[in-house]
Amino acid sequence: MVTTVAPVATVGRRSRAGLVLTIVLVALALIAPLLVYPVFLMKALCFALFACAFNLVAGYGGLLSFGHAAFFGSAGYVTAHAAKVWGFPTELAIVVGVLAGTVLGVVFGWIAIRRQGIYFAMVTLALSQMIYFYALQVPFTHGEDGIQAVPRGHLFGFIDLNQTMTMYYVVLAIFLIGFAIIFRTIHSPFGQVLKAIRENEPRAISLGYRTERYKLVAFILSAALSSLAGSTKSIVFQLASLTDVHWSTSGEVVLMSLIGGLGTVLGPVVGAVVLTTMENYLAQFGSWVTVIQGVIFVLCVLTLRSGIVGAIEDVLRRRSRRKAAPGV
Amino acid sequence: MFGIPIQALFGQLLLGLINGAFYAMLSLGLAVIFGLLGIANFTHGALYMMGAFCAWFLLNLFGIGYWPSLILAPIIVGLFGILLERVFLRWIRNIDHLYGLMLTLGLAQIIEGVFRDQYGSSGKPYAIPAELTGGYNLGFMFLPTYRAWVIVLSMIVCFGTWFLIERTKLGAYLRAATENPVLVQAFGINVPRLVTLTYGFGVALAALAGVMAAPIYQVSPLMGTNILIVVIAVVVIGGMGSILGSIITGFSLGLIEGLTKVFWPEASSTVIFVIMAIVLLVKPSGLFGRAS
Amino acid sequence: MTKRILGLAAASMLTIGTAQAQISDDVVKIGVLSDMSGLYSDLAGQGSVIAAQMAVKDFGGTVAGKPIQIVSADHLNKADVGSAIARQWIDQDKVDAIVDVPTSSVALAVQDITKERGKVFLISGAGSSDLTNKACSPTGVHWTYDTYALAQGTGGALVAQGGNSWFFITADYAFGHSLENDATAVIKSFGGKVLGSANVPLNTADFSSYLLQAQTSKAKIIGLANAGGDTINSIKQAAEFGITSGGQSLAGLLVFISDVHSLGLKVAQGLVLTESFYWDQTDETRAWAKRFSAEAKKVPTMVQAGVYGAVTHYLKAIDAAKTDDGKTVVARMKETPINDFMTKNGKIREDGRVIRDMYLFQVKAPGESKGEYDYYKQLAVIPGDVAARPLSASECPLVKKG
Repeated sequence: MVTTVAPVATVGRRSRAGLVLTIVLVALALIAPLLVYPVFLMKALCFALFACAFNLVAGYGGLLSFGHAAFFGSAGYVTAHAAKVWGFPTELAIVVGVLAGTVLGVVFGWIAIRRQGIYFAMVTLALSQMIYFYALQVPFTHGEDGIQAVPRGHLFGFIDLNQTMTMYYVVLAIFLIGFAIIFRTIHSPFGQVLKAIRENEPRAISLGYRTERYKLVAFILSAALSSLAGSTKSIVFQLASLTDVHWSTSGEVVLMSLIGGLGTVLGPVVGAVVLTTMENYLAQFGSWVTVIQGVIFVLCVLTLRSGIVGAIEDVLRRRSRRKAAPGV
Repeated sequence: MFGIPIQALFGQLLLGLINGAFYAMLSLGLAVIFGLLGIANFTHGALYMMGAFCAWFLLNLFGIGYWPSLILAPIIVGLFGILLERVFLRWIRNIDHLYGLMLTLGLAQIIEGVFRDQYGSSGKPYAIPAELTGGYNLGFMFLPTYRAWVIVLSMIVCFGTWFLIERTKLGAYLRAATENPVLVQAFGINVPRLVTLTYGFGVALAALAGVMAAPIYQVSPLMGTNILIVVIAVVVIGGMGSILGSIITGFSLGLIEGLTKVFWPEASSTVIFVIMAIVLLVKPSGLFGRAS
Repeated sequence: MTKRILGLAAASMLTIGTAQAQISDDVVKIGVLSDMSGLYSDLAGQGSVIAAQMAVKDFGGTVAGKPIQIVSADHLNKADVGSAIARQWIDQDKVDAIVDVPTSSVALAVQDITKERGKVFLISGAGSSDLTNKACSPTGVHWTYDTYALAQGTGGALVAQGGNSWFFITADYAFGHSLENDATAVIKSFGGKVLGSANVPLNTADFSSYLLQAQTSKAKIIGLANAGGDTINSIKQAAEFGITSGGQSLAGLLVFISDVHSLGLKVAQGLVLTESFYWDQTDETRAWAKRFSAEAKKVPTMVQAGVYGAVTHYLKAIDAAKTDDGKTVVARMKETPINDFMTKNGKIREDGRVIRDMYLFQVKAPGESKGEYDYYKQLAVIPGDVAARPLSASECPLVKKG
C-alpha cells in the first residue's frame, strides 16, 4: 500500500470538496428516516461506527484484528445487563458498557500487539473465542436466549428513546461523535505516526518512536469505539445476543472495511451500509445472502483490494494529477 | 481420585481421543497447506463438510456405500480443491497472507451458503456401516466399534502423511520447494504443479475426515464452521506448518478437552483457546514450529 | 324528534364507518415466523406455512370483507434475527398477527414486541411455560402445548412407573430450562429426586460426553429436555453407546411424530411421550391429516395442526368483532370456545394458555405398526386442567388473584 502525497494545490481543493461532501452526507442522514425504515438505518449506523473503529487499527495501524466482535458483543451485554437488571439510566448503561469493552481492549491489546500479521490475527481470534465461550456459559448473558427486553429508557431523564425517531437521532449523534473522534485521530500527528508504523515499522522505530505504545493506544481507542457501537446496538434492538460475540461478526466487520476500503476515512461507512442493506433486502433469499457476501469477499480480494472508496480515490487522484501535470 | 469416578475419567478421555482424531486429521491438512503454501485455509471446514456430503450423495444417488466412499470422496473433493487453487488461490500467492485468509473465508461462505440453501442446517443421517456396528464393553464404558475404527484409521493416516512428507524424496522436494522455489525449479521440478497437488492432497485429507465423521456427527452444512476454529487453534498451537506438531497437538488437545470435561465441564470449550493464546505469547512459532 | 332520529342515524353511520375502517390497511396480514432450515424445520417450518394457508383457504380467503395475506420468514433459531423480523413486519409491512415461532428464546423476544405494539401472537411451536406465566401478554395465545403439560404428562407417567431418580440433558436455552424446571417440580412432588443435569448448546452434533455424564450419575431415567434434531441425535447416540441396554431408560420429554419418523421405530419403540394431537385419533383428525399430507408430503405434527387451529380461531374472532385490533380480537378469542378437529371444548384462559386435553402416547414396536406413520398407541388422556399450571400458582400479571 503506497500512499502518494497529494500536491499542495489539490489539498485545498480536496478539503473544500470534503467539507461539501460532509454537509451533504449529514443532511442526507438527517432526512433519511423519513424515507427509509429507521430501525434499519440505526443498525447500519451502529455497524458503520463499528467498522470505522475497526479500520482505525486495521486500515491505519496495519493490525488486522480477527476478534473485534469481543468488544462489540461484550459491551452490548454489559449495557443490556446494566439497563435491565441494575436499572441504570440509558446513558450510564452505555458508559458502563464502553468501559467494560475498553478494559477488555487494554487486556487484548497488551497481549496482541507483540505479534504481527497473521499471528496478530490469530491471537485476537483466540482471545475473542474465550470471550465467546465465556458468554455462552456465564448465567448473566442467558446463553442462547440473550438478554431480552432491554428498556430503552430516557436519555438524561427526559429524552424518550421509545420514540423511534428520537432514538434514531440519538444514534446518529453517537455515530457522528464517534466518527469525529476517529477523523481527528487519523489526521493528528498521532495518526501520522500510526501510518508510518504501518508502512515501515523498523524505520519508525529507528526514528525514535516507541511503536508498541502507539499501536496499543490505537487498539484501545478502537476497542472503546467498537464498544460504543455495540452498546448502542443493544439499546436500539433491546437485545444482546451471542451473534454479536461470535467470530463471524469479527469476519463481517473485516468484510465491511474491505469492501469500503481499508485505510480510507469513509470506506468502512460505505462498506457497512452496503452490507447491511444487502442483508436487509436480500433476507428473503435466505442462505443466498451468505453466498453473495462470499462472492463479494472473493471479488474484493482478487480485484478491488483498495475497496470502493479506495478505488474512487485512486481515480480522482489520477485525474487531478493529469490536470495538474501540464502546469508543472 | 478427587472424588471423580474413575469410570467418568477414562470415559471422557476416550471420547476426547475420538475428538482428537478429527482435530489431528483436519489440522494435518491445514498444516500441510499452510506450511507449504502459506495460506491459512479457512475453506478447510467447508471442504470437510463437502467430504461428508460427498459420501452422502454417493450413497443416496448411486447406492455407493461407506467403504468405496472412503476412497472416492477424498478424490472428488480433492479435485475440487485443485480447481479452487487454480482458479482463485494462484492469484494471491505473493501478497500478504491476510488476503489469503480473507479469500478462503469468502470461498467457505459461498460453499456453505449453497449447501445450506439446498439442505437446511439440520443434519442428514448417515448410517454406520454394518461391519462396524456394535461395540466393546471396556468395563469403564461401552466403546462403539465405529469410534474405535476412527481412532485407528486416523492414526494410520496421520503417520502415513508424516512419513510421506518428512521421510520420502517427494516430501523432500516439497519442503525444498517451499524454502526456495526458484532453486527447486532450476533442478527441473515443476513447482506450480507440486503446489497444486499439495493443496489437493491437503483438501483430500479434510474430505476423508468428513467421510469418517458422517456416521458420528451426521451430515450437516454447518459441521465445518463449528470445528474450523478449533482446528485452526490446533495448527497454531502445534506450529503453523509443522506436520508432527499438528498430529500430536490434535490428539493431545482432544485429551485435554476430555479431561476438562471431567473436572470443569463449563471450561471445556475455552481451554483450547487459553492454550492457544499462551502459546502465541510465549512461543509464537508454536510448540513444534521452527522459529521464523 | 326528527332531529333525534337524524342524530341516531348519523351516529350509527359513524359506527358502521369506523367498523369498516377497523381492518387496518384493508388487509389482514398473518406472518408465519418459523425455523425453515434448522433442527426444528421438520416439526414446524414449511409445514406450518402450509397449515396456515390451509386455514385461510378454508375460511374463504377473506375476513370481514377484506383479503387475508400470509407472509413467512426464517428466524434461524436466533432471538436477534427473529425479533428484527417481527419488528420490521409490524412497523413496516403492517403484519397483524405472528404465528408459530418454535424456539422459545425467539418466541419470548417476539412476545415482548407484540405485547408492546398490541399485535396478536399465536404461539404453536414454542414450549416454554413462561410464555403464559411471567412473560404473559394480553395479545399472546399459547395454543398447542407447553413444558408444564409435557412435565405433567411424560414426567408424571414415568415417575409413577417407578422412575424416581433422574439426570437431565438440557438444551441450554429458555425452552430446555423451563422444561427441566417443570419436570423437576413434578418429580419432586412424587417423591423422586434429580441427581444432576448437563446443559448442552442448541444444535449439538455430539452428545457422547453428556451421555457419559448421565451414565455415571447412575440415575434410573435420563430426561431429555431438548427437542427436534437434538432429541433425535441424543436418542441415537444413547443407543450407539449402549446406554439403554445398561439398565437406564431414556425419557424424551418432548418428542414429535417427525422425530419418531426419522429415528425409525426400531430405535424409538417404547418411548413415552405427550402430545396434543395425533393424526390417527378420530375421523376428523384423519381427514385433516390426509389433506395436509397431500400438500406437505408428510404427516402433520401437533405444532402444524395447532397453527391451523389457531389461525382459524383468530379469523373467526376478527369476523365476529369486525376489527383486527389486537386486544379486541384476542379478548373475543378468549370469550369463544374452541372446537375444531383437534380441540374439543377448548378455551383460552386469561393468561393466554389454551386449555384442552393432552394425550399420553407410547411409540409402537416395529411389529405392532400396521402401516406408514402408524406409530403411537394411546396410554392415557390428561385432562386439560391437570395439563395446565393452575392459575393460583400463576405469576402472570393478567391473572386477577381473588
